[in-house]
Amino acid sequence: MITWLSQFGFEFLEICRDFLPIALVLIGFHYFIIRKPLVNPKKILVGFIFVLLGIAFFLEGLNMALFPLGKLMISQLTTPEFLGINSLEVTTTWRTYAWVYVFAGSVGFAAALAEPSLLAIAIKAEQISGGTVRAWGLRLAVAIGLGSGLALGVFRIITGTELYVFIISGFIIAVIQTPFVHKSIIGVAFDSGTVTTTMVTVPLVTALGEGLAQAIPGRNPLLDGFGLLAFASLFPIIAVLSYALIAQWLNNLSLSSTP
Amino acid sequence: MLNNRFINQLINSFFDLSPIFAVILIFQILVIRQPLPNVIQLITGTFFVIIGLTLFIKGLELSLFPLGESMAYAFARKGSLFWLLAFAFCLGFSAAIAEPAIQSLSKQAANIASIQHIIEQTESAKNHYALGLRITVALSVGLAILIGVFRILRGWPVYYPIFFAYTVIICLTPIAPIDIVGIAYDSGSFATSTITVPLVTALGVGLATAIKGRNPMTDGFGMVVLASLMPIIFVMLYGMLI
Repeated sequence: MITWLSQFGFEFLEICRDFLPIALVLIGFHYFIIRKPLVNPKKILVGFIFVLLGIAFFLEGLNMALFPLGKLMISQLTTPEFLGINSLEVTTTWRTYAWVYVFAGSVGFAAALAEPSLLAIAIKAEQISGGTVRAWGLRLAVAIGLGSGLALGVFRIITGTELYVFIISGFIIAVIQTPFVHKSIIGVAFDSGTVTTTMVTVPLVTALGEGLAQAIPGRNPLLDGFGLLAFASLFPIIAVLSYALIAQWLNNLSLSSTP
Repeated sequence: MLNNRFINQLINSFFDLSPIFAVILIFQILVIRQPLPNVIQLITGTFFVIIGLTLFIKGLELSLFPLGESMAYAFARKGSLFWLLAFAFCLGFSAAIAEPAIQSLSKQAANIASIQHIIEQTESAKNHYALGLRITVALSVGLAILIGVFRILRGWPVYYPIFFAYTVIICLTPIAPIDIVGIAYDSGSFATSTITVPLVTALGVGLATAIKGRNPMTDGFGMVVLASLMPIIFVMLYGMLI
């Protein structure tokens, strides 16, 4: 218990140290450039302590529960025995890995929903849009995007297709979608798509990529692992843009059907 | 009263996280069908995650959101373009320079570079390379926030700088050294941390609210994505120059 407490305290101090440069910039600009007293310094200080403690607890909990469990499940699901791959037989097709697609999709879906920075953006978007953009709707869209993105990324690792092909076509889809989406949603779509690749997603996705690249014959863990992260930051953007397009379309449909 | 609110928020956090528990349970029960190891540790860890998320969200509403917005208002009222842009740059730079994921990534990149004989195989050359990479990432994040703020001031559409950055990335990827491309894409994902995202979002939304003719929903977002695209460009350029 005591060793755990001191370790936790140490981790908390590390998070504080990483935060120090930002704090210095904030304080420096506030006192030397803006030169106005803070409205409620006590509240802000308490808030900062909450944020830092929250991150410390969140990370500790991830390391205790979600990461070991996620990695264990990934390693169980990518063993050749589970997948039914015969190492002597090279006739396995991409269909052999059906469970892995489902699993990668679920990992992506769940990880996106757990991401604190996504929650922060979703809360902000709900606040200032006056409720037109729902935090849950946004998070679900991002989660579906991350899930399908990872499943596609796994497909790429299994088939060995060039990463470049997927990233460029994904980018082109996003570019085509953007002019049709109402301009108030574009910024949120790109921002919330990007924040999926932080605290929760990165370690899980890395483990998934490495596990797969080791299990599948002829794949290099170093080269094929990183591609998944690129999928993880592009597909949620497409998903949020699609969500906005579908919502607009349904809206127009119900408007035109009522006389 | 306070206790009640805290408990409410705990329950909210639990609902926010519930899909993950569902996914894990479904896979454990239906597919893997093996007993869970260390059940007590798992439950404690889950409890910590919920407490952590609750504290984080509470802290956001108390500090990062109001602070980011009030500083945006103060700069808008002050009306000094130079200091606003300087603040934006310093905020991005300081956030990225301390980011632990960037530090470990740049060390890893230095190792790869020394194995590939791009730099000398000495400890000092590696440290030099790693530090250079860290500063490159920090500069690019600072520049990204600066461009984001400038875009809000000018009222450009959100997607102008984003599409421009994408185009540059697509053009650079085939000509950059193959080893640096992976590092570059990763550095983009790591550059935006859990503290930076809400702060930068609040700054953008605050500015777009404070400046006449800007809409917080239309103009306030779109900075975080730049902060993750610019490092990709800059790290690829770094790899090409060295």
